[in-house]
Amino acid sequence: MGQARTHIEAQAVFGPLKPYLEPEFLVERDPDRCIQCGVCISQCSFGVHWFDVRRSQVRAEQERCVGCHRCAVFCPTGALTIRRNPSEYRPNANWRPEFVADLKRQAETGGVVLTGMGNDKPFRVYWDHLLLNASQVTNPSIDPLREPMELRTFLGARPDQVNPSASTSALADGATSHPVEGLPAAMVSVEDLPPALQLETPIMFSAMSYGAISFQAQLALFEAAQACGTYANTGEGGWPRPLRRFHDHVIVQVASGRFGVDADYLNEAAMVEIKIGQGAKPGIGGHLPGEKVKAPIARTRMIPEGTDALSPAPHHDIYSIEDLALLIYALKEATHYEKPVAVKVAAVHNVAAIASGIARAGADVIAIDGVRGGTGAAPKIIRDNVGIPIELALAAVDRRLREEKIRNRVSLVVAGGFRSSADVIKAIALGADAVYIGTAAFVAMGCTLCQKCYTGKCAWGITAADPALARRLNPDLAAERLINLVHAWSAEIKEMLGGMGINALESLRGNRDHLRAVGLEQWEMDVLGVKGAGQ
Amino acid sequence: MTLDELRQRQNPYGDDKAIDACGLFGVIDRSGRRLNGQIAIEAMANLHDRGNGLGGGFAGYGIYPEMADAIALHVMLDDQASRARLEEELQQDFHIRLAEEIPHRPVAAGSSVQAPPLLWRYFLDPQPGISRRPGQRVGQGLGQGYDQGRGPEHGSGEGRGHGFGSGDGGPVVGASAEYDPEFADSLVDFVMHINRDLPGVYVFSCARNMGVFKGVGYPEDIGEFFRLDDYAGYMWTGHGRFPTNTHAWWGGAHPFSLLDWTVVHNGEISSYGTNRRFLEMYGYYCTLQTDTEVIAYAADLLMRRHHLSVNEAALVLAAPMWKEIDRLPATARQRLTVLRRVYAPLLLNGPFTVIIARSGELIGLGDRVRLRPFVAASAGDRLYVASEEAAIRVVEPQLDQVWIPRGGEPVVGRLDGLAQAGVPGAVAASAAVARAQATTATTTTTAACAAAWPAARPSGRAGWGEQEVAG
Ligand code: SF4
Ligand code: SF4
Repeated sequence: MGQARTHIEAQAVFGPLKPYLEPEFLVERDPDRCIQCGVCISQCSFGVHWFDVRRSQVRAEQERCVGCHRCAVFCPTGALTIRRNPSEYRPNANWRPEFVADLKRQAETGGVVLTGMGNDKPFRVYWDHLLLNASQVTNPSIDPLREPMELRTFLGARPDQVNPSASTSALADGATSHPVEGLPAAMVSVEDLPPALQLETPIMFSAMSYGAISFQAQLALFEAAQACGTYANTGEGGWPRPLRRFHDHVIVQVASGRFGVDADYLNEAAMVEIKIGQGAKPGIGGHLPGEKVKAPIARTRMIPEGTDALSPAPHHDIYSIEDLALLIYALKEATHYEKPVAVKVAAVHNVAAIASGIARAGADVIAIDGVRGGTGAAPKIIRDNVGIPIELALAAVDRRLREEKIRNRVSLVVAGGFRSSADVIKAIALGADAVYIGTAAFVAMGCTLCQKCYTGKCAWGITAADPALARRLNPDLAAERLINLVHAWSAEIKEMLGGMGINALESLRGNRDHLRAVGLEQWEMDVLGVKGAGQ
Repeated sequence: MTLDELRQRQNPYGDDKAIDACGLFGVIDRSGRRLNGQIAIEAMANLHDRGNGLGGGFAGYGIYPEMADAIALHVMLDDQASRARLEEELQQDFHIRLAEEIPHRPVAAGSSVQAPPLLWRYFLDPQPGISRRPGQRVGQGLGQGYDQGRGPEHGSGEGRGHGFGSGDGGPVVGASAEYDPEFADSLVDFVMHINRDLPGVYVFSCARNMGVFKGVGYPEDIGEFFRLDDYAGYMWTGHGRFPTNTHAWWGGAHPFSLLDWTVVHNGEISSYGTNRRFLEMYGYYCTLQTDTEVIAYAADLLMRRHHLSVNEAALVLAAPMWKEIDRLPATARQRLTVLRRVYAPLLLNGPFTVIIARSGELIGLGDRVRLRPFVAASAGDRLYVASEEAAIRVVEPQLDQVWIPRGGEPVVGRLDGLAQAGVPGAVAASAAVARAQATTATTTTTAACAAAWPAARPSGRAGWGEQEVAG
């Protein structure tokens, strides 16, 4: 026992262990096309390309390649091809290459394997097993190019009825005629309604914090949210002063670290979201290493420069549902009951009961993040093994809230791997009020899902910590891509709605009659509350 | 009729809902003058081609003046045993003032009327002081079979064990409002209980001084069968059905009724699933799986239970477009925003024209982009609504005014005594203005059509008068 050494001590004695891993990607350079310009050298943030002075030639150290394709996209002559390394172990259905690689990596480092982005495992994607309806003969489809097609969405609590007190008094007057005509003007007053967000499309940008993403990326998201009449979420990393001008389109998060939270932060935002959990890493906290906490990030997060920014796993003032209610109402007090308060949770096994508790605790909006939700950094083992798919979580929550007759009290926002407008519209039909997109927005800005966000070296400048890398993302151009994406999805949603003979999104909400399943088991169809195709 | 029986008859293929199209007609005489039922038969006969003979029906209001204070119950029965079961049930809560077979003619050769069941009517006085015995039983019944058979907690019977004693009479021209809310709820529960728990019994209508007559056949044959020419009422609606996925059964024909609401409807509600789920949260369970049922419940919720005016209800069911709303002045915009936000899931989406009637009031409404035909007309004290002008012209050739209402614009006809709203004689400049007014002003507004309907004019054709009632 006395001879046992820690990993650190071993490294001190022997130096780093030799990696037993082969390169994941092959970097192939077509010598006929390459003009030795060196663009790849400057573009690769992982140090793959280098100029060999002796040979006067650009070369690649491909074991460092993460497959982000930055070099290939920017190579002016298209000389580069990035391919997965076809080199194979003996096939083994149990000891698959990913396990072997992680084992070797852990044997070298003794650490938790980190990753970025969402769960990439082949769990069933239910969206791919749900098909939408369309009108034929018995009712006409509607052409969105000719007829109005409404996507406007409100997020917030809804009363069960319009001003019952006024109605009761009218009844008490005992009019012999219908009591309905002589109601006072006050009957329908907008002030009676709880605060709500108004979205022109049911798509919002997910929580992505400054620090995890670059300033430029956050700026682009806010700009796009404003231009599209929707909202972007600051995430838990505070809200940089220069970005406060987008306040009408910004949702701020209050997470366990409470970074950057003060009265202005809460009151300037359109909505306040309490982050309990996140789909990529339910049940665990976050850790932004001190090296990344440079001056602007430190200022925004309100912590000293160079210190680790730790988000505890639970909120240390929330150990049960009544504590959550206290925080919800503390935030409502702080915002004078003028802002809706949302609570975001990861989709876990008892999500229906949890959501019902959140609704009863007074939240106006519940955001649920499914197992495929993205992240800037998470332990791979957690990301790939904890949580449930958003489709099932959504169906279960929507049903439970209806059964308990409290569905009107909250709006449901769902997140976690929405890849297309079809996923969005299917979520609406399952009962969602709106969706959050994160990964899709990243891809629009250039991301290629290399999963190296946690390194801070994002070659696309999206999750880059290094200011030089971050400057690669032109916020205006990135915003334009995001705006185009939201417009394209909205247009597609309108087409699909029109095809169903529906001209307002609210008439599809929870309308599972317009969904049919293919290739699902009976229990899955029961949870989703949909019939099989042809039934 | 048990739930299984209902399902089997109404939606034998287990589709999401019954799908049908049809022809509609409705008339109200604002002065309360009673019109012979023949008017509805003749109008519907002219819409023959909009149905396929698999369902026709009528609702008449003010048809039982001698029994106006009794609750008139129209039922179809499979056999005498069903009748015995029903009567046993009735006697527990009501005093039966009169029980008789609904008068009808024998089915003539060549008539489209198919296999009539036993058809009976009862005139009932609620027994004072008798409380609903197994109130919960009804609630449990409501819960069953909902949403793939889940959750008895849906039952709305809880706490609904109200006495039947409170409904003592009322004006001859009753309105929904005349029922006190508890009694009305009990009555709804009672009817739902019968429809869902008693084998072989199905209630067509259950309210004061009105009745529904419907069955399998072309509407004109059904009207003839039921001897509608023997009745006179101040308001009639009619319906000829073209179902595509339901076997013909007498209970499946329109009008659909709930309390004194009746609904006849042409269309397919694409928002059915959303509407149904919303209504379930308020204790309405759509067992018949028809759009019509959803519309009746929505009308009941909005206008009876939530006390919205007809205009406000119309603004919910066929809401104006946001584009339109955004252009309105602040107050109107805010009110409409509130209505659309709170009742978003009650927006009826898809093509429809519907005639909703309740004692003293007739409401015609088309979907907001006008995808199904809808015509309104006035002649003297009478207001007509129909699928086609032909149905109106054939019974009233001389019309004062004929118009095609805009999508989402309600056409409202109200008995004189009932109308608090309305600006007689004033023709609103345009429907758009009227709709805007409907949301801004409160007591002085009604739909453009009501406004456009002159207060006093000489009666039109005299032929439909009460004096014409045979025998
Ligand atoms: S890491 Fe990215 S930029 Fe570098 S070589 Fe690989 S694909 Fe090219
Ligand atoms: S954001 Fe950047 S680092 Fe993260 S997956 Fe995308 S390209 Fe890779």
